Amino acid sequence: MGRTIAEAIIASRTTDRVSAGAICQVKVDFAFANDITGPPAIEEFKRMGGVRVFDPDRCAILPDHFTPNKDIASAGQAKIARLFAREQGMLYWEVGRVGVEHAFLPEQGLVVPGEIVVGGDSHTCTYGAVGALGTGMGQTDIAGIWALGETWLRVPETIKVVLSGHPSKWIGGKDLIIHLIGMIGVEGARYRSLEFHGDAVAEIPQDDRFTMSNMAIEAGGKCGIFVPDETTLAYARARARRDFTPAYPDGDARYERVVEIDVSKIEPTVALPHLPGNSITARECSKMEIDQVFIGSCTNGRISDIEKAASILKGRRVHDNVRLMVIPASYEVYNRALDLGLIRVFTDAGASVCTPTCGPCMGGHLGILAKGERAVSTSNRNFVGRMGHPESEIVLAGPMVAAASAVLGRVADPRELDS
Amino acid sequence: MSGSSKKILAGRAWVYGENVNTDVIIPARYLNTSDPERLAPHCMEDIDSAFADGVAQGDIIVAGNNFGCGSSREHAPIAIMASGISCVIAGSFGRIFFRNAINIGLPILECPEAALSSAVSKGDRIEADLQTGRVLNITNGREFASNPIPEFLQSLFSAGGLVPYVRKRLESAS
Repeated sequence: MGRTIAEAIIASRTTDRVSAGAICQVKVDFAFANDITGPPAIEEFKRMGGVRVFDPDRCAILPDHFTPNKDIASAGQAKIARLFAREQGMLYWEVGRVGVEHAFLPEQGLVVPGEIVVGGDSHTCTYGAVGALGTGMGQTDIAGIWALGETWLRVPETIKVVLSGHPSKWIGGKDLIIHLIGMIGVEGARYRSLEFHGDAVAEIPQDDRFTMSNMAIEAGGKCGIFVPDETTLAYARARARRDFTPAYPDGDARYERVVEIDVSKIEPTVALPHLPGNSITARECSKMEIDQVFIGSCTNGRISDIEKAASILKGRRVHDNVRLMVIPASYEVYNRALDLGLIRVFTDAGASVCTPTCGPCMGGHLGILAKGERAVSTSNRNFVGRMGHPESEIVLAGPMVAAASAVLGRVADPRELDS
Repeated sequence: MSGSSKKILAGRAWVYGENVNTDVIIPARYLNTSDPERLAPHCMEDIDSAFADGVAQGDIIVAGNNFGCGSSREHAPIAIMASGISCVIAGSFGRIFFRNAINIGLPILECPEAALSSAVSKGDRIEADLQTGRVLNITNGREFASNPIPEFLQSLFSAGGLVPYVRKRLESAS
């Protein structure tokens, strides 16, 4: 019996027998934490008797969540992370150079096809977009990997997602992944790997693939992997800091189930409070008034997201009742947006533009919601209290829906502004 | 706490529905610390403001499917443990929460029958046998079987979690 891509990657990094459900000890290629999970991981590393991390070029800390430091306690956390990274000679980037981790690490060529990447952040599944098995773990697991260079993985069953047809220009990766999570449910891929196939994949740009893999966890997935193609390899070759060997599924791989989606039928889609699986077309909820819009995050803070949002906002104004926050996910994105004149488009429209950070996504800072407020957000979670008061609401959307909503002061399908 | 220290746990039930995510178990606004004593007072705050003040040492959480879904924050099982909860029983667990709980020695049982809404009511006396996976609702007399935990994970848990496991491996390597 052939292997799925997750099985193929695990098999290349273990001596144990690989089959769905088995627990394998695997070699980890890259392991990182952020300013929230880093400090407790450091504490656990020391409790384990760790002295040196297994390879300082494959271990990283990225201060992106509560940075630039939002208060004294978070400044203390960031300081612990900084000092440890310096002492270990690990990869570390300071505010002004770092980006939102899952946008930044692929840009830096530090996650590459065929590898196992573990991060102290649930959205580490983002790296499936470059054909890597990326998966999130907690801080004790990260500490163990820093110490040993290894971890245990349960080999996941795989759901094959076949995307066919031509996507309309009004939809992107966010519409597709929210649609998928709506189909299979927020635990439809629990413990499982999502593997993306189909003739539509060639028409899904790299940035949109990052968006889709990013939200595999919102269906409970361990990972969400695109089979590498020319788009993947061109992206990886241009940036990779290490040699890499892509992994591919076998033709006779065994899948738990196959989910087929005709992408030509997908319309601009949102997820209503309080679950990412509450999918509905934007048009169907165009009466929902909003107070805030956030465009950014590890889901949709890449340059093509910023460009799409700017294309809607150019020559328009943010609605009087709405605050729009635009946060490019990295300085590469920020600088490109500057070069293209997009930052001026946003400020002319009456938006705030902030330095790269996770910011309001998980209610950290730079855009907390008050009681009773509602936001449209391009981030990945709309759980109760995620962006502020437990009685606030989040509608998840892609950058075009978010920008159109900012202009109209309510959830809006971008085609409403098409003239 | 070591997972091997106590095999039969008993306490009052705190009952929740499906998809209890880590953002409501411990909201991100409190993650500028990982100190258990500072996290516990905010545990479950966004879905049950009565929990932190009402929970007693040994109480048990009984919840629906996908408990602990969402973020990787280990602060979630840490906050639950620090609040005095002795065991979490759920229909199923988010995978990162599952790992985190085993790693820090928070007892968890995957027990789909106990997770059904009719099986356990808030305040029922619950007994959970970690060895056999048997869950008994003392209040209504019903008994439920849990899904077995894989052997490797059972041994990791019994050894006290991931820290002693890694320490032993580092010591044997040097």
